[in-house]
Amino acid sequence: MAHFTKATSLKDWLNQRLAIEKVEKVMASEYWIPKNINFLWAMGMVLVITFALLIVSGIFLLMYYQPNVDLAFDSVNYTIMREVDFGWLWRHVHGVAASVVFLIIYIHMFTAIYYGSYKKGREMIWISGMLLFIAFSAEAFSGYMLPWGQMSYWAGMVITNLFAGGSLHADGLVEWIRGDYVPAQAFLNRFFMLHVLLVPLAIIGLIGLHFGALRIPHVNNQDGEEIDFDEESKKYLAGDKAGSKVIRFANDFMSKDMLVVAIYLVFFFYLVFYHYDFAMDPVNFDPADGLKTPAHIYPEWYFLWSYEILRPFSTNVGLMAFAFAQGIFLMLPFLDRSPNTVPASRRGLFRFWFWAMLIDMITLTAMGKVPPVEPFGSIGFYAALIFIGLWILLPIITYFEKKA
Amino acid sequence: MKELLILVVVTIFTLVTYYLVEPFAHSQMHKHMESEHFAYADLPAITKKGDATNGKAIAADGFACTGCHAISVDGFAAPMDAVASAAAYGVNPPDLSNAGAIYDAKFLNTLIRNPAHALMVEHKFDINKGQMHPMSAFAGFGGDLDQEVADIIAYLQSISVSKEELTPVMAYETACGRCHEVRYEKWTQIGTKPTFKHKKDSLAFDIKVLEYQDSLKAYMGKLPPDLSMYIRSRGEHYIKTFVENPQNYLAGTSMPRVGVNAEAADKVIEYLEDSGDAKRHEREEIGKNVMIYIVIFAIFALLWKKQVWRDLH
Amino acid sequence: MKDNSRRGFMGKAFGGVAAVGAVASLFAMKKSWDPLPSVKAAGFTTLDMSGYNANEIVTEKWRGKPIFVLKYTPEMVAAFDEKQMSRTIKIGEDHFMVNLGLCTHLGCIPSYNKDEENFLCACHGGMYDVTGDVTKAPPPRGLDIPPFKIDGNTLVLGEEGPEYKKMLADGTTLKA
Repeated sequence: MAHFTKATSLKDWLNQRLAIEKVEKVMASEYWIPKNINFLWAMGMVLVITFALLIVSGIFLLMYYQPNVDLAFDSVNYTIMREVDFGWLWRHVHGVAASVVFLIIYIHMFTAIYYGSYKKGREMIWISGMLLFIAFSAEAFSGYMLPWGQMSYWAGMVITNLFAGGSLHADGLVEWIRGDYVPAQAFLNRFFMLHVLLVPLAIIGLIGLHFGALRIPHVNNQDGEEIDFDEESKKYLAGDKAGSKVIRFANDFMSKDMLVVAIYLVFFFYLVFYHYDFAMDPVNFDPADGLKTPAHIYPEWYFLWSYEILRPFSTNVGLMAFAFAQGIFLMLPFLDRSPNTVPASRRGLFRFWFWAMLIDMITLTAMGKVPPVEPFGSIGFYAALIFIGLWILLPIITYFEKKA
Repeated sequence: MKELLILVVVTIFTLVTYYLVEPFAHSQMHKHMESEHFAYADLPAITKKGDATNGKAIAADGFACTGCHAISVDGFAAPMDAVASAAAYGVNPPDLSNAGAIYDAKFLNTLIRNPAHALMVEHKFDINKGQMHPMSAFAGFGGDLDQEVADIIAYLQSISVSKEELTPVMAYETACGRCHEVRYEKWTQIGTKPTFKHKKDSLAFDIKVLEYQDSLKAYMGKLPPDLSMYIRSRGEHYIKTFVENPQNYLAGTSMPRVGVNAEAADKVIEYLEDSGDAKRHEREEIGKNVMIYIVIFAIFALLWKKQVWRDLH
Repeated sequence: MKDNSRRGFMGKAFGGVAAVGAVASLFAMKKSWDPLPSVKAAGFTTLDMSGYNANEIVTEKWRGKPIFVLKYTPEMVAAFDEKQMSRTIKIGEDHFMVNLGLCTHLGCIPSYNKDEENFLCACHGGMYDVTGDVTKAPPPRGLDIPPFKIDGNTLVLGEEGPEYKKMLADGTTLKA
């Protein structure tokens, strides 16, 4: 048995059993972060806060939600929205947070792409992050089924139909996924299970992996400079805080993080109370009806770019393009053949690649929402081709990139 | 400075995406109808000054209206119960007690003489093809038809509550409730469902509702939808412009132009908001307080950050 | 040495036994995800074919999905070519369309235009003729025909009669 001495204080007692001082140093006061960063570096904390909002609001929704095809719609729109005290607040917070979290995810992702935070030892951060994106997508999709409105039903119908695999006609697979011929009770129940238990567990595990993957390579900085954290932290601890290139995670980095979070919450709560239709689509306030297709079916905004890559092509080609789009971002660290870990503005052609990708994804997003009439159909088609083209170009232009 | 530029760039891209995905996309999906603010511009004006006493003699004592309609505020009960009325006419004729406050006078002027025309359902009830609207046109009691109709309208306006006293419930139940259920307010087409002690009585009531709905479905072609959440699925503008002219949105629909005036339309919207957006007042109240709090929170976050970073820069 | 290899062997053997247990558990989990027997049994719908009017589309339900039933007029039938005829179902003296009312592109419900005698899917503009054969992309094929069995004047959806089996063999429809 390990040697224990009589404790001198509560802190000492916990320290002997849990090494809390060491944990505190590693996770907070001696977790060194570069000083040369901007507010975009706070998006990770913003995501943690938004995820916490989703869990807390989700807990209270879970107390009253009924995962039954005859009761689900009313349990949300009558019980929670009208009867439960502050039920409307939890519902609005949950819906708005589920939408805004993807805005922050995309900002966070594109920040990483811009500053090269996926290379040179940070590949696992990127991969675990993309896996988190996939997990959050599954969480959002399964969650959207639950109110059992028209959009819930028809989005469920259309997206599970994709698994028939076009010419493969894997109807048996589609029926197996649904647990029925069409989205019905079995479908609702299992997506409830996924949304409330399995995918959140996966997300929490992946967050642990994501944070763990960040610890050794350390956080990147605005110039991609390789910092000697030992040397800089010695400077800091010796008293030269202003001259040191690093700061402590707690409370230095955290105080700036919390300022960004506070400003974000002003924007967030404004949406919750005054401007929420974008997050709670009107079509979903019609109860699900399997015999009546809405005039316009579209996914939530964060899936639109992906949906638009599927739409313009014939069934099989569309499915292949869609599968490509889902997986290709994961490959970024390996497709970028340049070792330069500097901001995109200093990376020659990659600079144009970055802005082209961003504008292309916004174009795809916009086209994915509108009916596929001209000129939108054509714009979407070319935007989808450009998306594929950009990824084919990436290894080529980065291979020839001059060493920064 | 650099951070400000980054913030501006992120904000611009976010707002552009929002604009394209929301206002722009929705403008492409739904045509925008201008409201005529319940002017009933297509209908002729009333030319005569109505006499309420003569109106009562015609409409109530003379059974011109009370042959089918109740005017309960003046002691005239409905000739048949709701289910029997629906079986006979397709739908329960409204109680006219507050019709004077709810319906537009010009509308009533045309409705009484030519129901299918005022209601905009001539595509279903074409006189030339012998298709009679269940509401029989009033041909007059032998005098000046314009005067007699003006008298009826004056009578209806004299017995009804004032426009200010008109409640959302009154407006909805008369103008919409005979076709459209509102489960969230326990409103059925035959009235608010009472709480029954015995399950048998509750089921008996439900059966009556279903019988009514069968007649209504046969009359309309399909059952008019439940409006519990329509304020959130359609919104005020759509509902008002739809009620002004259903044919504009759904050509060939059986839904009539019900003829409400602007004030009654506002009351109907309020009723639908009470059903589908019941907590809006609380949301606005709490929203104000939360916004004030979160701004204070942000100020304190800024102060803390400044203090921590004083010797870091 | 001997001890080590035995330990090594036992470790692998134990791992193998554990793996067998894991696979068996996964098998059970897969089966739990299957559609319930009650769901599979509810898959039959009987239609009385004498109750339809010509050129009036009726939407029935089978396995939760919409089924378009359209009785053709003699004029319509006279104008059909061979392909269109192969898609129709003859019951007594009448010809019918009995199709799954789901667009073969992404599953929306097309709407029937009585005057133009065709179907339009509002989701992405796909069109079908009056027999449900595709006339405008993006749907990859005509509307699917559900398994059916003719029984006098009734049609049982969910059962595979000889006429349906012939349609499958000819490639007129795929298994719905």
